[in-house]
Amino acid sequence: MDENLAPGALAGQMAPTGALQHAYVQNEPAVSLPPPASMVGVIGWLRANLLSSPGNIALTIIAALIAFWLIPGFIKFLITDAVWSGADREACITKNGITPGACWAFVRDRYSFFIYGFYPFDQRWRVDLFFVLGALGVTWMLWLGAPRRDIGLFYFIIALPLVSYGLLSGNNPFGFVSFAPQWLKATACLLVFLFAYLMNQSDDSKGALGFMTLFGFIISGVLLAENAWSLLKLSPVETSKWGGLMVTLVVAGVGIVASLPLGILLALGRRSKLPVVKFFSVMFIEFVRGVPLITVLFMANTMLPLFMPDGWHVDKLLRALVGIYMAEVVRAGLQALPKGQYEGAMAVGLGYWQMMRLIILPQALKVTIPNIVNTYIGLFKDTSLLLIVGIFDFLKAIETARIDPQWAAPTTSPTGYAFAAIVYFIFCYGMASYARATERRLSVADKR
Amino acid sequence: MSSVDARTSGAQGVGVEKPRVAFWNDPEKRGYIFQAVLFAAVIYFFWAAFDNARDNLVKQKIASGFGFWNNTAGFDIGQRLIPYETTSTYGQAFWVGLTNTLLVAVVGIVLATFLGFIIGVARLSKNWLVQKLATIYVEAIRNTPLLLQLLFWYNAVLKALPEVKESVAIPGGSFLNTRGLFVPEPVFAANFSWVLYTLLAGLVGYVSYGRWARLKQEKTGEQSPVLKVGFGLVILFPLAVYFLAGQPLSFNYPDLGRFNIRGGVQVYPEFVALVVGLTIYTAAFIAEAVRAGIQAVSKGQTEAAYALGLRPGPTLDLVVIPQAMRVIIPPLTSNYLNLTKNSSLAVAIGYPDLVQVFTGTVLNQTGQAVEVVVITMAVYLTISLTTSMFMNWYNARKALIER
Repeated sequence: MDENLAPGALAGQMAPTGALQHAYVQNEPAVSLPPPASMVGVIGWLRANLLSSPGNIALTIIAALIAFWLIPGFIKFLITDAVWSGADREACITKNGITPGACWAFVRDRYSFFIYGFYPFDQRWRVDLFFVLGALGVTWMLWLGAPRRDIGLFYFIIALPLVSYGLLSGNNPFGFVSFAPQWLKATACLLVFLFAYLMNQSDDSKGALGFMTLFGFIISGVLLAENAWSLLKLSPVETSKWGGLMVTLVVAGVGIVASLPLGILLALGRRSKLPVVKFFSVMFIEFVRGVPLITVLFMANTMLPLFMPDGWHVDKLLRALVGIYMAEVVRAGLQALPKGQYEGAMAVGLGYWQMMRLIILPQALKVTIPNIVNTYIGLFKDTSLLLIVGIFDFLKAIETARIDPQWAAPTTSPTGYAFAAIVYFIFCYGMASYARATERRLSVADKR
Repeated sequence: MSSVDARTSGAQGVGVEKPRVAFWNDPEKRGYIFQAVLFAAVIYFFWAAFDNARDNLVKQKIASGFGFWNNTAGFDIGQRLIPYETTSTYGQAFWVGLTNTLLVAVVGIVLATFLGFIIGVARLSKNWLVQKLATIYVEAIRNTPLLLQLLFWYNAVLKALPEVKESVAIPGGSFLNTRGLFVPEPVFAANFSWVLYTLLAGLVGYVSYGRWARLKQEKTGEQSPVLKVGFGLVILFPLAVYFLAGQPLSFNYPDLGRFNIRGGVQVYPEFVALVVGLTIYTAAFIAEAVRAGIQAVSKGQTEAAYALGLRPGPTLDLVVIPQAMRVIIPPLTSNYLNLTKNSSLAVAIGYPDLVQVFTGTVLNQTGQAVEVVVITMAVYLTISLTTSMFMNWYNARKALIER
């Protein structure tokens, strides 16, 4: 702008330096005075944020009254008046007309029940191991700077579910190959080495030989894993004995891992140009979105066994999982990208799946990450509905324990619910904070 | 598309014809094949499920069809808006459940909207304390499951209320105890209908006056006192008629006896818990929608309005709120729908809504899972599809017309 102006246009403002050498002209800027005491520090902050106008003062007084009414009550109930130790209800009942606060002794006593449900005592290390493995996978996935996140993805999507299933149920997760006799397995392994050797000789890593080798490695890996697993000799634990936080995490985990792929397919189907694909996708999405989750759970619980061929038995937990899965899969929607991205990809000559894999999905998923995490928060909260169809989840464990006569006291129920609320809050707030941080990171990357 | 292909490839000497490709590389043919396979798979899936279900039902000797609709239900329902007895049919039980669901949804939606807008505005308040309190509310409520909150309200708050003889008196003649909330029952005299008619007439008059005023402003730029006239028509006029008609509305106050409460209307604790839980939960989500909507209106809009000489009041009315509402309304509607769907959690605290009565008791008694679940889902689907159709219409009307 300035370059366009004539040199004389700004002359009035730009006094040449050195021209003003008179004694009465101050050559240095005056030192600025400190701001008035009422504008800075605590007083200034109070005036600006709490007491800026009569209306604001009134608001402050109302809010302060609410805060003084609620917060000391919470602190008294949860901390200062709470009972922290005791063996049974005697510790928490009303004595001399005084009802104590939260009965944390109850939570301490039933702590392991809340986490493991009826899982056999001597087998609970398996659940602990599952928690550790899960935490490892989650950290690997969420920490964007973690090393080898491709291996992390394989671990999270394939290895972790298989191992978790094996650990918790005690069944062999690779048991589907146990029909094969030992000689067949040995031959398969030998063949793999043969292929690998041939490939090494021919230097053809992309062709049919390379594919056969990869395929062979997977098969022999599964066969080896099957044998190795059977050496562990874990005792089977039926899903009816699973319970507590463990079930909540299993269901949420399965929902989270499994719903994303089909959710992406449905989201793509919804935007597809093929009318039949679009029709089925839209029908499914609108159907599941339009009905309450609890009716989907009822449907899975009562109708699924009817739809199965005679003699097929569907595990109760599995039925609930199918229900949750159906309902949540559609929530992982995709956000629209500018049309230019599609056109650009087509112009370079990419086919549909190439375009999706290389151009659209990486960007769409990036934009959608906060949304996806938010739907996971919803999924995590929705797992509590399982108690209605008789699955022993975390909330059901709390519900069962709080009506136990051994701990019958006036504050047992509020304490149980407070504990449940704290646990759910930690998980959900953690996810929400992660979503927010990621959103901030992404918006920084998108700034120009 | 193909003609462009032909021309560009023509430059390389292939000719003007469409290039010959194998049918599996032709996107169009491949699309047909893929769709045919998908169609066949879906049809087979449904057919197999149907076939299995038919076999299983015969084997388990469960009747099919909707014949059960007119059978005697034989169970009682505590709260009912329409006549129902133990001898009524399953069909009547269905209507009782549906009306109970709608009642809870309507009451919850009204209350949640009020609370949500207050909290949403409070989250943007310049007052630090108010803003922090609103934030704590929203974060605490949104990050815990609704079911947990409902169980808390029902089992830990309402069940812990005192017995009848120690009822908590609420100013205005209501009582709260472990059997629910007892409120005064309005008794309408015969000529109360006059008040209703004037109210209706006032509303019609207000709407038509508002339309006339808008047309006038568009034509001449003159503003009319729409709010003042509306206040007169909708509130003062019916109020005057109410007094002229001799105050035809009285209340039958609940009377606290030793063991019982006589008179008034009993609001069941299940209903109270459900309404309180749904309101508080949904209000947190509505508050977020309101906050996002207000923040979506850029500050430049307010500044431009001030620069044009509008005062803060008209700026809010004419510039900020109309633009914020455009953003707020779609998530607001989906929150209303969520509240309606979430009211099905009533089954956990025993409020007789559609799911509790129909998918619960009726399903257990008849065993006809398929029919019962299908009817229930159809009801919710109808509600949500109607709402989303209305929303599409509304969005199309209100959509920003850009360059």
